[in-house]
Amino acid sequence: MKKTPLYESHLNLGAKIIDFGGWMLPVQYSSIIKEHNAVRESAGIFDVSHMGEIYITGYDAARFADYLVTNDLSGINPGKVIYSPMCYLDGGTVDDVLVYCLSSKNYLFVVNASNIEKDFNWILSNTKAFQVKVENLSDSYGQIAVQGPKAQEILSEMTDINLNDIEFFHFNTSMEIGGVRALVSRTGYTGEDGFEIYLPAADAPKLFTEILKIGKDRIEPCGLGARDTLRFESCLPLYGHELSRDISPLKASLNYFVKLKAGDFIGRDALLQEMKTGVKKKNAGFEMIERGIARNGYIIFNSSGVEIGVVTSGSMCPTLSKNMGMGLIDAEYVKSGTEIFIGIRNKQVKAITVKKPFYKKKYRKQEV
Amino acid sequence: MIPGKNLKYSKDHEWVEVDGETAIVGVTNYAQVQLGDIVYVELPEIGMHADKDEAICAIESVKTAADVITPVSGEVLEVNEALEDNPELINEDPYAAWIMKIQMADIAEIESLLSEDEYADFCENEG
Repeated sequence: MKKTPLYESHLNLGAKIIDFGGWMLPVQYSSIIKEHNAVRESAGIFDVSHMGEIYITGYDAARFADYLVTNDLSGINPGKVIYSPMCYLDGGTVDDVLVYCLSSKNYLFVVNASNIEKDFNWILSNTKAFQVKVENLSDSYGQIAVQGPKAQEILSEMTDINLNDIEFFHFNTSMEIGGVRALVSRTGYTGEDGFEIYLPAADAPKLFTEILKIGKDRIEPCGLGARDTLRFESCLPLYGHELSRDISPLKASLNYFVKLKAGDFIGRDALLQEMKTGVKKKNAGFEMIERGIARNGYIIFNSSGVEIGVVTSGSMCPTLSKNMGMGLIDAEYVKSGTEIFIGIRNKQVKAITVKKPFYKKKYRKQEV
Repeated sequence: MIPGKNLKYSKDHEWVEVDGETAIVGVTNYAQVQLGDIVYVELPEIGMHADKDEAICAIESVKTAADVITPVSGEVLEVNEALEDNPELINEDPYAAWIMKIQMADIAEIESLLSEDEYADFCENEG
């Protein structure tokens, strides 16, 4: 089992550790709901060192990075981050990634922990026509996320850099914070304003401890449990649930991140075709009307009891105090207000499709 | 947490308080700690019959759904309806937040359950 550089810190904080895809990570420190609420109301700190860092460098780095992902990277400048699915030729999803443009010849792909090897091999296998070098530096980096309305206030007390200068989905390549050097981006996976901090693995414990010390009662250490409820409430997709080898970004309703008119990329033909013929299944949000909690893998039925899909994620939403879900269902049932039924144990429990996201994201975005 | 009652325990982490032929059933402190924040209790139906070691209802935390395994056979006499709106009562005091009362079909089944000390040892070995 793998440990992040912050493993000892978690033990010292009394975290409950679980096996998360081969990583020993905290699922919670005190209570998932308490940690969730801290992020919505004040701030939370997360160890996300298990995430992978793959660098693409060289003469063709820009062209190659753009070719790998469904979103459009053309015209992005150094200092900008783009979220994108990365697809196979048939439109199935390899992973969803954050792409950091460090320079026109240097791109950082931040990938899901469980996909690091797969992504690295996939990227390597497509380099043929490009002059690039691909490196997996995941083990060299720690990553800490600080999220919530007070994230900026806390981090500002630890650096001379004006964090207002880091706009939404932008980053500072190398800034001093809490006595260490780090790449800091205004990004996250909670639906709140916040930052993700990449730094050498050896420096991670020092910064983690320092942020908790400076943040004091304004910040809670948060585990994977809260990370999941926070992203779920904001309807941010999770690979292996909303997206997978068999679920294209169009089926996942991530059309916004698929730029079919912006030049070639792997999977474009298949996705164009899927767009033309119309997706048969689509991801929809739903709210439980009757008592029950939908969970990943539960079957979804229509009002006649016919199977129409499957739950991809479901939970009680701590901020909304409602039981919500997302599911991949036959496209005709996606329209909000449609009555559907979730197979929970031996019952079919009533739900209704609703618009996403369930929780309106509180990003600090400049109007463009 | 010490329940302060003379309880019996199952290896599925339920506690049983015996009152004549009635078994009052809840889940243990160990169980609620393992589950974390409990957000939903699916209560059994009154009048239903369940056999010992059968899944009779369910408790759900934020993270997961867990079956409640009935530690004795019998008929459900009563359920704790307060848990419908306040499932967190189980986190707050698992030995007060009973889930159901069962009219036992075979009172001798109690003998197969664990004593407080046996249960404490069992939990220690579970990890």
